[in-house]
Amino acid sequence: MLRYILKRLLHGLITVWFIATATFIAMHAVPGDPLSGEKAMTPEIRRNLEAKYGLDKPVVEQYRIFLVNMAKGDFGISYTQQNREVNDIIREGFPVSATLGILAVVFAALGGILLGALTATYRNRLPDVVIMFLVILGISVPSFVFAALGQLALVKINAWTGFTLFPVAGWGTVMHMVVPSLVLGLGTMAYLTRLMRSSMLEVTNTDYVRTARSKGLPPARIFLKHQLRNAILPVVTVLGPAIAAITTGGFVVELVFAIPGLGRYFVQAVQQLDYTVIMGTTVFYGAFLVLMVIVVDIVYGLIDPRVRLKA
Amino acid sequence: MTAMPPPPASQNGMTRSAGRSLLWLSVGAAGLFVLLLWALGFLSGMTGDEARASAPGVDFRNNAIALAASQEPPQLDSTRTSDQVSNFVLGHIMEGLLRQDEHDQVIPGVAESWEVRTDGATFHLRENARWSDGKPVTAHDFVFAWRLVVDPKTAATYASLLFPIRNAEAIIAGKVPPESLGVVATSDRQLDVQFEKPVPYFEKLAAFTTLFPVREDFFRSRNGTYAANAEDLLFNGPFTLTRWEHGASFRFEKNGLYWDKDRVKLAAVDVPYITTDSNATLNLYRDGKIAMVGQSPGLGSESLKQALVAGWPIHQMRDGSVWYLQLNFRPDRITRNHNLRKALQLVVDRGEYVYRVLKTPGYVPAASIFPVWLRGAENLFRQEYPAPEVAVDVAAARRYLDLAKQELGLTEWPPLVFLCDDTPSSTKQAEYFQTVFREKLGLEVRIDRQIFKQRIAKMQAGEFDIVSAGWGPDYDDPLTFGDLFASWNPNNHGEYDNPELDRWVRAAQETVDPRGRMAAFGEIQRILIEDAAVITTYERGQSYVQDPRLKGVVRRTIGIDPDFSNAYLEPN
Amino acid sequence: MTDATVTNAAGFEPVHVDRQVQKLTRPSLSYWQDAWRRLKANRRAFISLYIVIGLLLFTVVGPWVWTVDPSTQDLDQVSKAPGSDRRAFVAEPYQPWEGVRATVPEGAASTAPPANFKTVGSTTTQAVRLTWDPVAGASGYRIYRNIYRPTAGGALGLPLGDVLSPEQVSFEDRLDLEPMTYFYAVLTLDRFGAVMSPPTSLEVNVVRVITPAQAVERGLVASVADVKVGDELKLALHPFGTDYLGRDLLARLMTGARVSLLIGIFAPLFYVLLGIAYGSAAGFMGGRADSALMRFADFVVALPFLLFMILFKIAFGIGPGESGIFPMLVALVLLSWPSTARLVRGQILQIREEGYIGASRLLGARTGYLVMRHMIPNTMGVILVTLTFAIPSAIFTEAFLSFIGMGVAPPTPSWGSMCNEGIRTMLTTPHELIFPAVMISITVLAFNLLGDGLRDAFDARMRSRE
Repeated sequence: MLRYILKRLLHGLITVWFIATATFIAMHAVPGDPLSGEKAMTPEIRRNLEAKYGLDKPVVEQYRIFLVNMAKGDFGISYTQQNREVNDIIREGFPVSATLGILAVVFAALGGILLGALTATYRNRLPDVVIMFLVILGISVPSFVFAALGQLALVKINAWTGFTLFPVAGWGTVMHMVVPSLVLGLGTMAYLTRLMRSSMLEVTNTDYVRTARSKGLPPARIFLKHQLRNAILPVVTVLGPAIAAITTGGFVVELVFAIPGLGRYFVQAVQQLDYTVIMGTTVFYGAFLVLMVIVVDIVYGLIDPRVRLKA
Repeated sequence: MTAMPPPPASQNGMTRSAGRSLLWLSVGAAGLFVLLLWALGFLSGMTGDEARASAPGVDFRNNAIALAASQEPPQLDSTRTSDQVSNFVLGHIMEGLLRQDEHDQVIPGVAESWEVRTDGATFHLRENARWSDGKPVTAHDFVFAWRLVVDPKTAATYASLLFPIRNAEAIIAGKVPPESLGVVATSDRQLDVQFEKPVPYFEKLAAFTTLFPVREDFFRSRNGTYAANAEDLLFNGPFTLTRWEHGASFRFEKNGLYWDKDRVKLAAVDVPYITTDSNATLNLYRDGKIAMVGQSPGLGSESLKQALVAGWPIHQMRDGSVWYLQLNFRPDRITRNHNLRKALQLVVDRGEYVYRVLKTPGYVPAASIFPVWLRGAENLFRQEYPAPEVAVDVAAARRYLDLAKQELGLTEWPPLVFLCDDTPSSTKQAEYFQTVFREKLGLEVRIDRQIFKQRIAKMQAGEFDIVSAGWGPDYDDPLTFGDLFASWNPNNHGEYDNPELDRWVRAAQETVDPRGRMAAFGEIQRILIEDAAVITTYERGQSYVQDPRLKGVVRRTIGIDPDFSNAYLEPN
Repeated sequence: MTDATVTNAAGFEPVHVDRQVQKLTRPSLSYWQDAWRRLKANRRAFISLYIVIGLLLFTVVGPWVWTVDPSTQDLDQVSKAPGSDRRAFVAEPYQPWEGVRATVPEGAASTAPPANFKTVGSTTTQAVRLTWDPVAGASGYRIYRNIYRPTAGGALGLPLGDVLSPEQVSFEDRLDLEPMTYFYAVLTLDRFGAVMSPPTSLEVNVVRVITPAQAVERGLVASVADVKVGDELKLALHPFGTDYLGRDLLARLMTGARVSLLIGIFAPLFYVLLGIAYGSAAGFMGGRADSALMRFADFVVALPFLLFMILFKIAFGIGPGESGIFPMLVALVLLSWPSTARLVRGQILQIREEGYIGASRLLGARTGYLVMRHMIPNTMGVILVTLTFAIPSAIFTEAFLSFIGMGVAPPTPSWGSMCNEGIRTMLTTPHELIFPAVMISITVLAFNLLGDGLRDAFDARMRSRE
């Protein structure tokens, strides 16, 4: 088991290096550079800036410097937030995004698994029809619409009740987190519900469930021990990437609710071609995602004895 | 509804039992979620500020206001800053030699008196100007800061503002050391500046952020992290930066050591929200959480409609910028042809564009590259030198177009490339001109929509026929617009090259007499319009909503904007 | 040494095998026949199949029926909801107005509001011309326009602009005039530009007008001679209303459907197929190959999507004016397959351990047969769910990309980008958001129900159940 984990981690490191290299090449292949702005600079000032950021060196040399610094865990200083180290930006932004993301994933996973199980249990009956209608609504309305509607609803509720239970925007207290994380998790929840329903239905028709039933096991026990546990598997598989997608994909929610997360920084960095921030956040998220995948694979092995990790 | 046969009875029992299990599981899940929230709340409670969540936008109890900013200040090192938000913050926490009053007149700041001559200037610093650690602000702090600005190692974007000072240009180019800059502290309280050439607007420059003081010992003690955080800054302005959580919030509070502290009435300005989402800021104002909305950038026409329906007090200010269609004059471009440019110029209906398409109050059709608010010798510049009228004339435009076709030897018009930004408003503008040029002239226009950095790259590389661009003034003088199309200007992306225009730009730069200068600008204006070198479209204004209980806020076209140093609260 | 009994071979005869015994009692159904039979039985799935066909007709045949150009701008009807008033009167073309100048009375600065505030000429959607009496000591005037009757101390509405000279006592309002009642207000400014007097207000009714030339341009009449000033016309009909540039929403929805359905159907189809092939290969091979393949999938997932979208766009050399659908499709496929691959691999890993696979293998089944016959049909349920969810997500990815300038080039519309534009005007003109959102919802709903039906039909494990 330990050897397996170590091997996966080693592979993970190689994957991260690949990601870093591919991103570095892509970033430099895009026309434009982080220094240019609406107002052009005189050539001297531009030269001074290039020298300061090391952009006057050949790209291969820049890549070498980047690799050496990355090995040391140093991603340099941001171009747009000119006095800040990329490490600081990640250190401050990531916990916020992660908190939001974890809450959203927990909400999505709990809600999705429960609702999915519910719809499968009451297949083609009223709860199923109602929930599936809501699920379809949930996926056919984009998150920016939900975010905007959620916020407007908060304003109306606050005006109506006369006090602020959930703030309209901002970050700092637990009350700030509730609505944004619900909005963020909604799409994933709908997806998981659908997935859970489908895999639940499959499990219901398997031999082992039939056997368990014919043995006369109590239905609740069959449901929990056999159906639920087996049906969760595909859900767990997508959960890994979903966590990463949610933590990185919070851009719209972070923007609408004025949350100082990392998602905003990344989108801005790509638009502004902020080389150091792009590299820092990409490598960081790449590593995070690879780690998540490893964790999911291990969890998978724990839940499902049929999947042998050493295979 | 269902295609399935009803489930057998045994399955019904199954369903019921599973339903019960599910119910218990849901209760457990809900409990888990609440528990997690509570745990997170407990964790964040150790770092967060509980009271902030419910502080109103206009807070009489603490004599404070709250605002939302579009971004956090990217650079609070005054020598290197070049953006609007940083400029706004620095203008509140720092003070230069001079400052602007509420009517944009230059008044004493750290300097209590001064003389500006043609070859230089002398500033006498006041005795009671203090840094926030209690030490006096001296002339040496200015010398240090200005040398830092021109030092190639600093690589300050706005270093070019110091070009009028002796040796500045050579220092930036790395030819002579920063110490040779023409600025000397003859004593702790006297600063002497030597000019390279006469600078009629040097007083206004002395109030500019880039020329704010920096204290050497403090700067060096920070070891390269000067201005990275609130504690890495020293203040000498009306406020001090007491909190700066990157990306999340910042706050300034009244500076008790400020020499003119009696004029400062607000105890604190809090910025707990940072977002570019206009709906979000509108909702915050609706919820009473911020005192102003749309201070920068201004409210769009949709937000304004909501403000109008809600009955909020709407204000307006000029941001000073002029917007135009820049044409490409590179040899391989058809837009180099004078008659084609004339044809384009004659079909652009600025009135329709501004009033029916952009529809944003405060936007004014721009007849010239020189905006209407610029001061001339005695009166407003545009009253002294009215812009030549160009009325919309489709028939004449078609004639010009035929002429152009002959001159260029074309049988078929190639499509024109219109380069634009990816923002919705920029796209909307491009789509409008695409339709106008197609329907009125039969020209096909292809929109090349790019993200900001790539648009800049393409603009500089000249990969366009038409590009929509804007120019905001750097300083309060027509020259900031006048030299825009000089052949040597790096912002002349179309590479317009007209020796006659260049001659007038040089004349404007070298003349000191205001009348002579304005005459030169008048000529520049005439040439640009007659030659259809640029098609000006609109001057931008910004509309914003301000809580009626907040008074005394000063808005400026050039300088610190908005300025809360004289603001106060007054109950209705 | 042979004491073996010699027997006559002729004494034996083969036992008669009665093959009739094992004959099936009903005709065998192939997998596909069975699937089709069950799909037909599912009414919901069948209805959704018709909806999908309807959507395709809307996209392909629609523009032949409703022949309005989706990029024509009807600036007389901007952001109009369906069913709004379309009446307009014919008027002379707009003529510039030089305004009114007056001499300012001498004397001390007066804090009285400007007197004699009135309109000049007719008040139409072309322009509303206002004039008032000059005020002593003023440096200029400020004009407001409101939609509500002004109250004392209340908001004055939109600031329309400042008049910067005291002699100029007129203002021409051309800003986005609608046929409705406005309340104008004018007040004086002191020499610093600060408000000096209370406002004077005026109620103005605005009528919609159109010039004969515009009427011809918009196709309302055949020639200028057909109308005369004062005639009442009906403006062009827009059954679904118009957008922020006065473009017909119905026509835009039809053209937008092309982009959205193309991206929304083909991208998921291709990347799900790619994901199935990749995932089942990895899951089936196992061991080193599996590990290597999955590490590559991790690598693709972790690539920054936005950056690579930009790169793909450049790599494909999309010039100005091209819609850029193809590179987007390719980029979406190349960057989105890993999640399906992971899902399928997980399922395959699970199924691989099932008894029937082992049995099948013992019987000598080859890999290809195992995958096609057992594995894919058994993972069909999960795959179809992924596919139905991939459709809206692809549509929204396209919307997000359009929003940041990486999507289809304007003026080509797409439902996603129409939604994006609509969200900004959600409160004032909701129809701009509702129509594209409803179209997306219908599409998603149809594909979901269809997917459901297909799942039931194709799922091998459902076969035994009738």
